[in-house]
Amino acid sequence: MSSESKFESDIASIRTMMERTSKFISLSGLSGVLAGIYALIGAAIAYLMIQYPNSPLSYRTDSVQSFDVIVKLLFLAAVVLILSLGSVFWLTSRKAKRLGASVWDRSARLLLINLATPIFAGGIFILILLANGHYGVVAPACLVFYGLGLINASPNLYDEIRYLGYSEIVLGLLSAALPGYGLLFWSIGFGILHIVYGVLMHRKYDR
Amino acid sequence: MSNPFDKLDKTLEHSVRLQILSILIVNDFFDFSSLKDVLNLTDGSLATHIKALEREKYIIVNKTFVDRKPNTRYKISEKGRQAFKKHLDALEAIVKQQRK
Repeated sequence: MSSESKFESDIASIRTMMERTSKFISLSGLSGVLAGIYALIGAAIAYLMIQYPNSPLSYRTDSVQSFDVIVKLLFLAAVVLILSLGSVFWLTSRKAKRLGASVWDRSARLLLINLATPIFAGGIFILILLANGHYGVVAPACLVFYGLGLINASPNLYDEIRYLGYSEIVLGLLSAALPGYGLLFWSIGFGILHIVYGVLMHRKYDR
Repeated sequence: MSNPFDKLDKTLEHSVRLQILSILIVNDFFDFSSLKDVLNLTDGSLATHIKALEREKYIIVNKTFVDRKPNTRYKISEKGRQAFKKHLDALEAIVKQQRK
């Protein structure tokens, strides 16, 4: 049979409607790559601040204790976060325009709520730990809560994002067991994994 | 052998109605204007299809006001969920038969 039957096109349209209304397809893979690069640059600066001249692969036996340094690190993290979010908004709205989709639609709102809930809870949790002087758990907690956010949001995104979420959680738990490698795990989770997944998503969905 | 064509749901043989239920299967609720945008329909035509689904009690209508503007939201009912599943099974059986 050359043309597809009405029944086949009915089945196809079911799938299209399910995906189009529940998934946010405009997220740009390229913005993931940029976020990963900013994270690596940020991690390199943090390394110069707290670990240099020891090798970046060496295990730190003492965690940062100076409040002054913590404030500088928080500032650095905020800059990385703002640059990353800026790139995501910029490239995503560009992609949405190209796809003729609206950036701020239902699926975008769902995505944001599902992603933000665990991350927001995690962010406050981390700030409370910082205020109480538990500096060593920041990197593992960032990774674990970010991973939970991704898994929570993956029904509204590409399915592959769930595996990125699982990877972040595993890295976070490893990092909790080996706190001296915190910066290294953080760089892998937020830098390298973002670049790898960003490239994969870009090749699969951005064109 | 039973004929899968007999198992097709009369109401859902209309593609637009099937699409509306597909949307409501994966989304807890959906409002009228969003449905109109996604399906690219006019007010009148969407309203007709909604009425048909409402008559069969496949969807639950929830009328609220947002900023004093009426906002009608739709939700799939358990009956609608079962009808959708049955219809989809019949569609798959037919396609399978045609491929033979």
